[in-house]
Amino acid sequence: MAGSLNWRVKPESHVQGRSWLATQASAWWVSGVVAFGIIMILTLSPLIAMVVQAGSIDWTAVLSNTYIQRVVQFSLTQALFSTALSLLFAIPVALALAHRPRFTGRTLIVNLFSLSLVIPTIVAIYGIVAVFGRTGWFNTALTFITLPSVPLYGLTGILIAHVFFNMPLATRVMLVSLESIPATNWRLAKQLGMGPYAIFRFIEWPSIKSQLPGLAVLIFTLCFTSFAIVMTLGGGPRATTIEVAIYQALRFDFDISLTVALAAIQLSICIALMGLSTLFRQDNSLSFTAYSAQSQNDHTRHYQRLLSSFWTGSIWNVLHVLTILLATMFVLLPLLALIISSFNEKLLPVLADPMTIQALLNTTVVALISAVLSLTLAISLLISTRHLRIRLQLERTGQWLQLIGNVILVLPPLVLGTGLFLLLRPFADVFSLALVLVIIINSLMALPFVLRLLDAPIMQSANRYDRLMQALGIRGWSRWRWIDWPQLRRPIALSLALATTLSAGDLSAIALFGSERVRTLPLLLYQRMGSYRLDEAAVTAGILLVLCLVLFGSIQRVVGGAKDAEN
Amino acid sequence: MLKIDQVALTLGERQWLLDIELDTHGVYALMGRSGSGKSTLLNLVAGFISPDTGNVSWSGQSLLPLEPAIRPVTTLFQSHNLFSHLSVLQNIALGITANLKLDNSTRSKISDVLSDVGLTGFDNKLPGQLSGGEQQRVALARCLLRRKPILLLDEPFSALDASTRQEMVDLLHTLIKDFSPCVVMVTHDRDDVAAMHAKELSMQDGRVTLV
Repeated sequence: MAGSLNWRVKPESHVQGRSWLATQASAWWVSGVVAFGIIMILTLSPLIAMVVQAGSIDWTAVLSNTYIQRVVQFSLTQALFSTALSLLFAIPVALALAHRPRFTGRTLIVNLFSLSLVIPTIVAIYGIVAVFGRTGWFNTALTFITLPSVPLYGLTGILIAHVFFNMPLATRVMLVSLESIPATNWRLAKQLGMGPYAIFRFIEWPSIKSQLPGLAVLIFTLCFTSFAIVMTLGGGPRATTIEVAIYQALRFDFDISLTVALAAIQLSICIALMGLSTLFRQDNSLSFTAYSAQSQNDHTRHYQRLLSSFWTGSIWNVLHVLTILLATMFVLLPLLALIISSFNEKLLPVLADPMTIQALLNTTVVALISAVLSLTLAISLLISTRHLRIRLQLERTGQWLQLIGNVILVLPPLVLGTGLFLLLRPFADVFSLALVLVIIINSLMALPFVLRLLDAPIMQSANRYDRLMQALGIRGWSRWRWIDWPQLRRPIALSLALATTLSAGDLSAIALFGSERVRTLPLLLYQRMGSYRLDEAAVTAGILLVLCLVLFGSIQRVVGGAKDAEN
Repeated sequence: MLKIDQVALTLGERQWLLDIELDTHGVYALMGRSGSGKSTLLNLVAGFISPDTGNVSWSGQSLLPLEPAIRPVTTLFQSHNLFSHLSVLQNIALGITANLKLDNSTRSKISDVLSDVGLTGFDNKLPGQLSGGEQQRVALARCLLRRKPILLLDEPFSALDASTRQEMVDLLHTLIKDFSPCVVMVTHDRDDVAAMHAKELSMQDGRVTLV
């Protein structure tokens, strides 16, 4: 060892001085308390406004009201069917994709399946109508081979749209789970000479089964509170969910007590669902890996060959290819139909229409502000819960604090919107505040996604490096600049991009508060579809789709940095 | 002298009662079964956990009011000693400047410690590009740079193969000869005790004794 460093020092010299640092108040809880406070104010005050209103409601009359009974029953039934179908279709697709690690275009298909989160609901609905509608491709084909056409509107349409959104989600989660089966299990299976059925029963099904409860509750909740799909594809009182009924009661009938009664029912069912979902916390349905783009498969070629050797023969080939092809077509065709139909003679007039441009601007601004707000709330909460969970070892307390971010799952957009409406009505013209209210609701809507995407990477990084950072005294700005930001910028970028597109494509809050004066692209699209100006609607849908893809891509590029930054 | 004075500690369902004095320039190896809580002693000295009662002091001054970063302690962890996204240079620099401001004198100090551990020219590599032994040496270079009189080693050889382990042992011997810190090494391998010419401490049932 070179003698260049003569650091034999008096031991005592290190203990003196700077001990003020030790007494410096630790501020880890401030950000969490502020975020908690903001969320509580934004949700509790509208809730109180609703409770005050609900006091004057005759509940026995409400519960015996056949309209309300029918709406509640339909909400539950359609969500149940949607969940069952999504999961049922996802299983063979996930299996086929898992069995074929070297399938041409596999990465593309898997990434296409994660698009369903980026594509605005209302845009996808337009595509679904273009494929499955009365004059769509599907029914045209049926008529061509002299079969009766299938009507889209009503339960059928709602189920198709829900499966369109949730089957790919379920497939990806199951695929991640299947791909995490250790290679040794497959080698063992080979050695024991297990056939496809034994493999399914003893290796694959347990892996899929572990994901089912969490996925089922998630999809059920999404479908139960689904708004845009039911509003556009549902028909009349026969096919209406509570969420849509709230909207109709407030915007068309202006029946405040009916609105509040429906919102209260929705609230209580959502609380029950939330309680159910806390029972299945250990699922990975919303983890970082389930949504991050799959650039390549990590499996080695050797491993891939081993995997594909289990399902040989033309029957399996046909089965796999057919399953993957059908699922891909189901997701791809509506998008294709939308893109094709948006190139029509109305393209330029709609693009130059000041109404379109204004809506485009509104959408972009609202989406970006909501996403930043959502991310800020999430990071503020996580900084505090990270300290609670990792330094103070209070795992439970930290998780409970984090749960506040999921408040929108209990208080869905239309319920929260109703509360905000009641709260602000005495003081202001609610409709002139439309964009502010939409930003509030949209940011809370994205919060559960942002939280779950960031939770694992933040805790993992802290678990790994917390003691090292304490030992080296890395804290505050230095910690953010040198450790947290480089390690977390990719998940941060992904969650910001996702929050932006979620907000850009949202129809629920703007449907409640939008008007002739204030529109976003989803609302404009809904109005153009509703008035049967289908060419203009097609172009609007195309613009919204491009906007979302551009926002999603550019935010990930700009915020997330180069692809090889950090894995 | 490093003095663990009547320290009582309860973590979950486990309890420790620690009371021992270690020489200022002594080299100690703490043995114990896996799960006996050997690392607890290191965590107490480093300041990651605080005792319920009792005191931890160095040269007569209590360490308890001090945060980990300003204690006269530097630790070589069992794993994750290096931030995977930062270069070797940056990882070492973090030992003396938490905001990574690198002036020329800092740079030359880092070059010196890098050559001390035999890794000249590795400045701009990322940890992922180094072998396990090289990574441990980078971490050791940072410990050197921090010039703290107490060196805590948490199973420093457990992830290394036989030949890199010997390199690491030699390096530690030179370090101890040159700078004579107070060394406490946690290990489950009896060979390490002899290799490091260490006095053996034993952890059993929440108590630590000099063998």
